[in-house]
Amino acid sequence: MRKLSLSALAFTMLAASACASNPPPEPPKPTEVAVVTPPKVTPPVEPTRPTPPVPTGPAAGSKGDFAAKATDRVFFDYDKYNLDADDQKSLASQVAWLKQFPSTKVEVQGHADERGTRDYNIALGERRAQSVKSYLMSQGIADSRIQIISFGKDKPLDLGHDESAWARNRNSYTNIIVEAIS
Amino acid sequence: MTKTQNAGAFGRLLAGRIRSGLAAALLGAAGLIGGATLATPTAHAQLRAQVVGEQYIPLRIAVPDFDAAGPGATDIAKQLTDVIRADLGSSAPFRVLDKSSFIERDLDITKAPLFGNWTVSGLEAQALVVGNVQVDAGTNQLIVQYRLWDVYGQTQQFAMSYKVPTPLNWRRLAHKVSDDIFLQLTGDPGYFDSRVVFVSKTPGDDPFRGRLAIMDQDGANAEFLLSGFTSVINPRFSPTEQVILYGAYIQDPRYPTATLLRTYLYDVATGRQEILAEGQGQLDFSARFSPDGRSIVFSRAQKGNTDIYMIDLATRKQTRMTNDSAIETSPSFSPDGRMIVYQSDRGSSKQLYIMNADRSPMVCPRGGGTKSDACRITFDGGGYSFTDPVWSPRGDWIAFSRQGGGQFVIGVVQKDGTGLRILTDGYQDESPTWSPNGRVIAFERTPSRAAGPKIYSIDLTGRNERRLPTPRDATNPTWGPVLKME
Repeated sequence: MRKLSLSALAFTMLAASACASNPPPEPPKPTEVAVVTPPKVTPPVEPTRPTPPVPTGPAAGSKGDFAAKATDRVFFDYDKYNLDADDQKSLASQVAWLKQFPSTKVEVQGHADERGTRDYNIALGERRAQSVKSYLMSQGIADSRIQIISFGKDKPLDLGHDESAWARNRNSYTNIIVEAIS
Repeated sequence: MTKTQNAGAFGRLLAGRIRSGLAAALLGAAGLIGGATLATPTAHAQLRAQVVGEQYIPLRIAVPDFDAAGPGATDIAKQLTDVIRADLGSSAPFRVLDKSSFIERDLDITKAPLFGNWTVSGLEAQALVVGNVQVDAGTNQLIVQYRLWDVYGQTQQFAMSYKVPTPLNWRRLAHKVSDDIFLQLTGDPGYFDSRVVFVSKTPGDDPFRGRLAIMDQDGANAEFLLSGFTSVINPRFSPTEQVILYGAYIQDPRYPTATLLRTYLYDVATGRQEILAEGQGQLDFSARFSPDGRSIVFSRAQKGNTDIYMIDLATRKQTRMTNDSAIETSPSFSPDGRMIVYQSDRGSSKQLYIMNADRSPMVCPRGGGTKSDACRITFDGGGYSFTDPVWSPRGDWIAFSRQGGGQFVIGVVQKDGTGLRILTDGYQDESPTWSPNGRVIAFERTPSRAAGPKIYSIDLTGRNERRLPTPRDATNPTWGPVLKME
């Protein structure tokens, strides 16, 4: 059934606001693109045909290249955002790649497990992403190349609800948002 | 997809308001309508649901099917009375009596009932509602009128007549009648003619996906709100208007594989929306309206620290409310606008704090007389965390979600930290939201590790827990104000 059309919008503060808004953005696309390894080329059936060039892996400076050469995700303890020696080793691989391709940019995504409220976990995810950003900056990566986002508990890597899933979901993922042109 | 409008378009909405044409009038005394005689009501104590401690003694109320006249009126009368019975039956103060046990069947709104028929042993109705439904064959107007009788006092307590331009609005009229009865018999405003916005989740789908949806408080009329976004979080109703705030994860316009978390204002009636926070450079979330709807408090995460901020919607002036290296989040205004409750982990665990909205120092209940910027109002008591505080619109209680012992439960506490009570016993109960009269709390419940989230409600007394039916899984309920009669 229809509802009464009651658009009694005595919303005066909006009338007074002068801030123009942007047009609606497109719905977000998946931000974590799977690394696509080109299919192996099968031996040509007809020898007379020209042989296609054999791919050698992702293009240098691409998202796929980053995933192949750097560890793109670090994990955290429950309710913590500090980086241990393993995390720093992972991040060192990111730093090396980012230095090799100085035109690239990254988005550091902070994630939390489901134990905690939505609000708190957004704050915690931001802390984790900021930890990674701070580390990258301490190793010489420019502030302007790194933006951060927190998904809190709302975008889990692992859909399970046990200790091992929670451990995987407490992470920070480095997403390449500008690739190098090769 | 709904177009985002600029602020000017929002302003112009004021001129374009649509009127439902609902008219209400107090109904004359029964004795004056049909010539039936009725003793003049004597000075009689109003019938009221009794409250003992925190609990209601449910008031026994009989709501026989309303009489019907005009095309289609019989079906409407039946459904409308069903909704009234369901509304009252879903609330703690009432016990709705089984209509099959009624003796008097030829009730007439123009006549007083035979009270003796309603006080017989086993029935013992304290209140009786007699009404009728008319559909005007010429104008198609729907008229609903009813009388509320105090059976033992043998007096009419209240009577009302409603008229709307189309029978399509019968359901709202039913809720209006329920709200009247609730007010008459409890002294508190009703909450049945109100709606709940939530985030709809599809079981088996990517949990990141969630769409804005709305339904009547009883679960009827559920539908998507066309915000255009597929990853929505934390919708929050205005306490006064059919307007909500929400967060949405959207594609970064500069970098297509990056994501921003923006905060939007959304007019439920028109679908128009406006960006309140762009989500670039800092992360704003957890926004809530002030009681007058003119300001918004929110959390801002920036450089690894989250604090509470306020924005004046008219001037867009921002004020930093907390400045602490701990995480401060989930702010909620007191209904008088003078205080804010929020969550902080500054004291090693997550606890609730209150502060003055003008940031002036306050004397804390347990502070020994010295003034502080904020007062902690919850304490561990066994390693518990207190989160998601929401101040009741009545001002008397603050609802929260308590984490500890392997579960999240919903509870309430007073602003001075006293009277703490746990109301639910779920696996993961969070995101509480108050009914507009501050008597009922709706919340998000994940019933077990294996089950998806649903919306439940519970009376402030801790009784009457029930599921609010949603078509799919649902998170983040936010209960809107009672709809206006325009």
